[in-house]
Amino acid sequence: MTAPPDDCLARNEWICGDYLSSRREILLDAVAQHLRITLLAVLVAVLLAVPLAVLARRWGWAAGPVLAVTTVLYTIPSLAMFSLLLPVYGLSSALVVAGLVLYSLTLLVRNVLAGLRAVPEETRQAARGMGYGPVRLLLTVELPLALPSSMAGLRIATVSAVSLATVGAIVGFGGLGNLIYAGMNTYFKAQVLTASVLCVVIAVAADLLLLGVQWLITPWTRAARR
Amino acid sequence: MNTVTGAWDWLTDPANWAGADGIRHRLVQHLVLTAVCLVASCLVALPVALVLGHLGRGGALAVNISNVGRAVPTFAVLVLLLLTPVGDWGEGPTIVALVLFAVPPLLTNAYVGMREVDRDVVRAARGMGMTGPQLLRRVEVPLAMPMILNGVRIAAVQLVATATIAALAGGGGLGRIITAGFNLASTPQVVAGAVLVAVFALLVEAVFETVERLAPVRGSR
Repeated sequence: MTAPPDDCLARNEWICGDYLSSRREILLDAVAQHLRITLLAVLVAVLLAVPLAVLARRWGWAAGPVLAVTTVLYTIPSLAMFSLLLPVYGLSSALVVAGLVLYSLTLLVRNVLAGLRAVPEETRQAARGMGYGPVRLLLTVELPLALPSSMAGLRIATVSAVSLATVGAIVGFGGLGNLIYAGMNTYFKAQVLTASVLCVVIAVAADLLLLGVQWLITPWTRAARR
Repeated sequence: MNTVTGAWDWLTDPANWAGADGIRHRLVQHLVLTAVCLVASCLVALPVALVLGHLGRGGALAVNISNVGRAVPTFAVLVLLLLTPVGDWGEGPTIVALVLFAVPPLLTNAYVGMREVDRDVVRAARGMGMTGPQLLRRVEVPLAMPMILNGVRIAAVQLVATATIAALAGGGGLGRIITAGFNLASTPQVVAGAVLVAVFALLVEAVFETVERLAPVRGSR
């Protein structure tokens, strides 16, 4: 009988280089799933949130109900949210995406709306005076000016989505959360720590990326500060 | 529709309310965990935030800690704690994680509230001969109260959510009804548990919103 291997995997250490090299495929798959789920959720949320915020801005009476509904959605704990969607989506990645969309909506609608409301009335009148129609005014004046506030919301929504996606492990589609869940059941320290750290790394990287994008697409804020 | 009636049947079945895994026990567990940890988090975070806010020091830390809290997955922290020695101690990981995630919003909101107190008011109070502690207690804290309470509300909602996720890592509370439902592949039980958690969270939010709305009125009289 051969002696059991005495490496960091056998000793179940928290930090283990062998884990990284021997489970590379599993880790990459989990990261890919994590990115796919978060990216899709944030994209859908943006596509829903911008029209909702524009509508709430146009018709003042709609703002109250839209904000109330999204706030209620935000209050529901993630585990319950995913569970409530179970009858609709079954055990699928669509369930996790849908849950994350509902959370991101709150943050995005609130921030886009705040950005639109902060556009000075004088600016709007000037654009109208130059012959801008309502659509052109919205697309070329109001939405760009709402960008700083919207991007702040987008950053918070993205970071939250990356972190909340781990709870998707309850239905087997949690990206890195799946590894954390499996690692918990098998008491696999290296796997839990590696997956957790990767999760935080993804969140921070996404935040920095969006910060860079914001810097690129809002050059006027830089000019004003100088 | 089947799921809805199934969930309703599950909720109204008295057998599901009794016992150690019953709704009543889980509800009490959830409530006690949330309440105890909210008090503990306030005791930890508020004195620090109020003193830092009063002195105007450590602002970057107090404000950024919230962003850090958002980037760290609750579930990951729970499992990491479970695998450390804290995990041998029953609800240990749940309690530690609950406090860890409730402290950032409390700290940030209380700090920002203290710093947003009108500087002229502070100067006037100093001119009237108030000492530092008097200024803190009689001027800054009352004026910062709306922001402090806003932080408490956010922390409470966060606590309810974290306590729910704790069920995934073996902790007690209403989340256990959901995880048990998944293990039994019983969609009605999963949905029933989710409804209970959602209603609980919304009730907590409503209670604190009422407190928030009433409190500043009392202070300004």
